[in-house]
Amino acid sequence: MSAASLSQKNRITGGLVDRNQPLGFRFDGQHYTGFAGDTLASALLANNVRLVGRSFKYHRPRGILTAGSEEPSALVTIGDGAHQDPNSRATTAELFDGISAKSQTKMGLLSFDLMAVNDFLSPLLGAGFYYKTFMWPAAFWEKIYEPIIRKAAGLGSLSGLADPDQYDKGYLHCDLLVIGSGPSGLMAALAAAKSGLQIILADEDFCLGGRLNAERQEIDGMESASFAESSLAKLAAMDNVRIMSKTTIFGAFDHGCYGALERVNEHNANGSIRQIFWHIRSQRCILAAGATERPIAFSNNDRPGVMLAGAVRTYVNRFGVAPGKRVAIFTNNDDGWATAQDLHAAGVEVTAIIDSRTDIAKTPPTGVPTVLGGQIVNTTGRLGLRSVTLNNGTHIPADCLAVSGGWSPTVHLTCHQRGHPVWNDAIAGFVPGGNLPDGMIVTGAANGVMTLASCLQSGLKAGQQAAHDLGFKPAVIKPPRAADESFAIQPFWHVKGSDKKAFVDFQNDVGVKDIKQSHREGFRSVEHLKRYTTLGMATDQGKIANIPGLAILADISGKTIAETGTTIFRPPYTPVPIAAFAGRSRGKDFRPTRLTPSHKWASAKGAVFVETGAWLRAQWYPKTGETEWRQSVDREVLATRASVGICDVTTLGKIDIQGHDAAAFLNYVYANGFAKLPIGKTRYGLMLREDGMVMDDGTTARLGETHYVMTTTTANAVGVFRHLEFCRQCLWPELDVQLISITEQYAQYAVAGPNARHLLEKLIDSGEDISNEAFPFMACGEISICGGVKARLFRISFSGELAFEIAVPSRYGDAMIRALMTAGEEFGVTPYGTEALGVMRIEKGHVAGNELNGQTTARQMGLGRMVSQSKDSIGLVLSRRPELVRDDDYELIGLKPVNSDQPLIAGSHFIGIGASTVAENDEGWVTSIAYSPHLKSAIGLGYIRRGNSRHGDIVRAVNLLGGQDIKVELCSPHFIDPEGTRLHG
Amino acid sequence: MIINHPHLGPRDASEFTILGDASLINRPDWQARDADDAFYNYQYLRDNPAGLHRELWFHEQGDRSWLVVTRDTVTHAVIAVALASDIAKAAKAKTAQKTAPKKVAAKKTAAKKAVIKRNAT
Repeated sequence: MSAASLSQKNRITGGLVDRNQPLGFRFDGQHYTGFAGDTLASALLANNVRLVGRSFKYHRPRGILTAGSEEPSALVTIGDGAHQDPNSRATTAELFDGISAKSQTKMGLLSFDLMAVNDFLSPLLGAGFYYKTFMWPAAFWEKIYEPIIRKAAGLGSLSGLADPDQYDKGYLHCDLLVIGSGPSGLMAALAAAKSGLQIILADEDFCLGGRLNAERQEIDGMESASFAESSLAKLAAMDNVRIMSKTTIFGAFDHGCYGALERVNEHNANGSIRQIFWHIRSQRCILAAGATERPIAFSNNDRPGVMLAGAVRTYVNRFGVAPGKRVAIFTNNDDGWATAQDLHAAGVEVTAIIDSRTDIAKTPPTGVPTVLGGQIVNTTGRLGLRSVTLNNGTHIPADCLAVSGGWSPTVHLTCHQRGHPVWNDAIAGFVPGGNLPDGMIVTGAANGVMTLASCLQSGLKAGQQAAHDLGFKPAVIKPPRAADESFAIQPFWHVKGSDKKAFVDFQNDVGVKDIKQSHREGFRSVEHLKRYTTLGMATDQGKIANIPGLAILADISGKTIAETGTTIFRPPYTPVPIAAFAGRSRGKDFRPTRLTPSHKWASAKGAVFVETGAWLRAQWYPKTGETEWRQSVDREVLATRASVGICDVTTLGKIDIQGHDAAAFLNYVYANGFAKLPIGKTRYGLMLREDGMVMDDGTTARLGETHYVMTTTTANAVGVFRHLEFCRQCLWPELDVQLISITEQYAQYAVAGPNARHLLEKLIDSGEDISNEAFPFMACGEISICGGVKARLFRISFSGELAFEIAVPSRYGDAMIRALMTAGEEFGVTPYGTEALGVMRIEKGHVAGNELNGQTTARQMGLGRMVSQSKDSIGLVLSRRPELVRDDDYELIGLKPVNSDQPLIAGSHFIGIGASTVAENDEGWVTSIAYSPHLKSAIGLGYIRRGNSRHGDIVRAVNLLGGQDIKVELCSPHFIDPEGTRLHG
Repeated sequence: MIINHPHLGPRDASEFTILGDASLINRPDWQARDADDAFYNYQYLRDNPAGLHRELWFHEQGDRSWLVVTRDTVTHAVIAVALASDIAKAAKAKTAQKTAPKKVAAKKTAAKKAVIKRNAT
C-alpha cells in the first residue's frame, strides 16, 4: 500500500477512485492526500477531517451532511488570489492535484471561532431578528448595522480581483434532453437513442451513473456501477448522443429552452475556459433528476459527523471512504437498514439502528443492535459527534450518525413554469403535479418511483414515449434484470420536546423553534414562514430543508402537508456565477465599440474621446502646451468662427428613404410640411411622438424625385429608425416607401466657418459649382470630388457659420479627413470635437439632447409654429391638449450670469429674487451651459415659465447640489448672429 | 420564447423588441369630430389581459418586420404570428368599407351590370 493511502485513515476498499493516482491538496493550510475520482468532501473524510466550517448565524461547528449539490454546510473557499472561489460545495468539487481550500464563516481558528458566542446568544437571534433589532435610526443601516452583519453573517468572500478564467456561451439543439444519468435517465437515453433521436444526456456530476455508483445493487448480474459504465459506453459509441458531464440543467424556460452550466474546468482552468453557459433547445425533455434525502430535526442534529444516510452509502460505496469508525443510524424508513447492510459489508461498525417506527419486521446485519420506536433527543461532541442520546435515556457511542427522514423527489424543474407539485402519502413526498413545462416527461425517483427495477422500467418507457411523440419508431429493449428493494416509510419529521438547536435549514441556521415562533407571531403561510425565518433562502435553496420545514409547520398548525402546500421552486437549481452569464462580454467586450472612419487619424492627433452610446467621438484635440480642456475647446471655437473648422458628424443617424410616396411618408412622420421640398434642397424636420412631445429633430435632404436622406440625432438613431418602420408597416402600409439605415455606410464631416467654401473648392472636381448662387443655404446634391469620388454635399449648419456637411462612402472616410486637413492648411483649418460643437450650438441657440429630453414640446422650444395644422402627422392631435398649450408654459430662453466671472451649472433651477428656495417657487431650469469665448462669459439655455416675455429679467439660478445660488440675466437663446447673416454668406 | 416568423421561421425572442398592444395599428382619424378623445384612448388606454394578448414585436436583429404576435401572457405560448403590414392593410380596407358604404354599393351595382352585360353578349 502506498504512502498516499496510508495517510488516509478512513480509506477502505472498493469504490470508483483511482488508487494509482494520488492527489495532494491543502485544507486550511494542512497538507492531505486523496485520489483521482474523489470530491474534496470524500478526500477530507478519508483523512478523518470532519469539521469543515462554521454555520452562518450561530457559528456552530459544521461538517459534511450530504454527498451532492444539495449540501448546505460544507461550503468552502477553493483557490487563492484571483482564483479564489467562495461558497464552493466540497461535496461536488472534483479533487485536483494541488487544490487549496479554506473554511469560511469563522473569525480566528476554525476550531476556536470568536463569533461562536452567537451560539450562546441564540435566544436573541431568532426568527425576525433583523426586522426587530435593526429598525432605527435609518442612518445606522449603511454605516453600522450592515457592515457588522455582513462581516459576521457572511459566507465566503470574493477576492476583489479580476477573474482570470474565461467563460463561454453556446447553443445546442436536440430532439431530447435527458436530465440525470441514474437508472431511469440511462434507460431513457438508451431507449431514445436506439430509436434514432438526437439526444443530449446531461448530469451535474463528473462521474455519471447517479445512485448506481452509490449503491451496492445488482443489474443483469453486474454491480450497479458496472451497469452504469457499460450503458454509458454504449451511449458514447452512438453518433446521435452527446453526453455532458459536469453539466447542471438549472432552469426550464419557455418553448423547450433549457439553461445549462457546464463546469468544463471548474477549479483547474488556469486562465482557460472554466464554464460554459449553454442554451439548449430541445423538443422533448426527460427529467430523471432523482430524489434528495432529508434529515430529521432533533437537538444538536448539526454536529460534524451527522450525515444523511444516503450520503454515508455514497462515501462507502463510491469513494471507498468510511465517514466514521462507529456509525449509528436514525431512520423512519427502510433506507436506514440498507445503509446498515452496506456499512456492515464494508467492515464498518454499526453501533445501532434507531428506527422511529414500531411495527416493522426487519433483519439487521449480524450483531447490530436495533431500537424500534427509538428517537434521538440529543447528541454530544463539540467539534465532532461522540455519542447520541435516545428518548429512553441510553447513550450510544458514534462518531458518525446516518440520518434518513425519507426522500423528496427532485421536482424543481417541473415547477419552473407554474407547475405545482402534489403531495403523495405513499412516499411522504411531493411529486410533480400538472402544468409541466412543454414537452417534459418526468421519470424515476423524480416522479416518485423509489425502487430500482421500477426506475429502470420507468426510464425505458419514458424514452420510448419521447420517441413515439416525435414520430420515431420506439426501439424495443428488454428491461434489465433487477430487484425492487424494500421501500417503506412512516413520516417522522422532528423529535418532540427536543427543539433546542434542532436544525431544519442548516445553511441559514433555521430550527424548529424558529418555525414555532413564526407560527406564533402570525407568519403561517409557507411563503411567510420562508421570508420571516429565511428557511430555504440560502444558496442551497432549501433542497433538504423545505419539506421538513413545512411538514413541521403543518404539524404545528394541525393541518396536513397537502393543505399547507409548498413554496415555489424557481431557477436556478444551483447557483450560476454571473461570470457564466456574461461569458466573453466582459470589460471592453461588454458591448461593441463603434469607431468613425476618422478615428485612426484623430487618435494620431491626440484627440480625447468621449463615449456617445456605443460610439467614441473626439471630444477635443489638445495641442502641445494646452494643460486644461477649456484651452483646447476655446481655441477650437474661436478658430472655427474666425476661419474654418472640421468636425466628424458620422455618428448622426442617416436613413435612406425611397419610393413614390416618400414625400407623403415624410409628411406623416414630421410635424412640419415636406410635401413641397424641391429636389436639391434640405429642410429641418421636427419629429413628434404620438403623445405630442418632441421625439427627435434632424434634416432631410431630397436627392431625387423619389429619394430622400434623413438625419437623426446620434442618441435616437436606432429609436427613430424603429419608429419609422412602425409608421411604414403598421400605420401607412399602403404607401410605396422603403427605408434603410445608412449610418455606417457614409462618413460625414461638417466644414464650418467663413473659409468653409474656399476649403471645399480646393477639393471639388472641375465643373462643380458651390458658390452661394449655385449652392445656397440648405442646398444639397451629389458632387464629384478629389478626381471622381462621388460625395453628397449639404449646405447645413449647426454652428451658425457658413457651413457644409460632406458625406463620402465610409471607405473614403479616412482619406477624406486627411484631404480636408491638407486643403485647409492655408486657412489654418482646425479640427473640433463635440465640446466645441456644443459651445457653438449653444451660442447659436440650437436645441439638442438636453432640450429634447422627451418631456418638452415644440411650443416650449419656440418651434410651435412649425407644427402644421393642415395635415395629419404623428403627434399633431395630442400636441393640442390643453396642458400642452398653456399660456404660462415653459419657454426656451438664453441666460448669462450677471457677474460674467461666474460659471453656470446645468440643472440649476430658476427662483425669483427674494423668493425662498422651495419647490413652490421653482420657475424652470437650466438645460445646457457652456463658456462662450466670444462673449467671454458663461452662457446657458433653459426653460422658464413665459420665457419669451422675460428677456432682460434677472432671476436666481440655484443649484443646491452644486452649492450655487447666483443671479442670471435671461435673454434670447441666440447669442451670436441672431439674423443668420453668417450662414447665408 | 420562440416566435414563428412568417418569412423566417422560428426565431428566438431575443432578436425582437416588443412595443406592446397591437391596437396601436388602429390609429384614429385626425379629422374626426371626436379626434381628441380617440387619440387619447389610442395613446393611453390598453387592456392588460392575463391570457391571450395581441402584441407588436419588431424583428430588429433580423429583417425589420413588425409582427403581430398573439401570445398567452400567462404561459408565454405563442398562438399566432402575422405580418403587421398585412393586418394593417386588412384593417384599413375594412374601415374604408365602413366609412364609404355608397362607393361599395356603387361597385356592386357596377359588378352586377357587368355580369348582365356578359350574359347579354
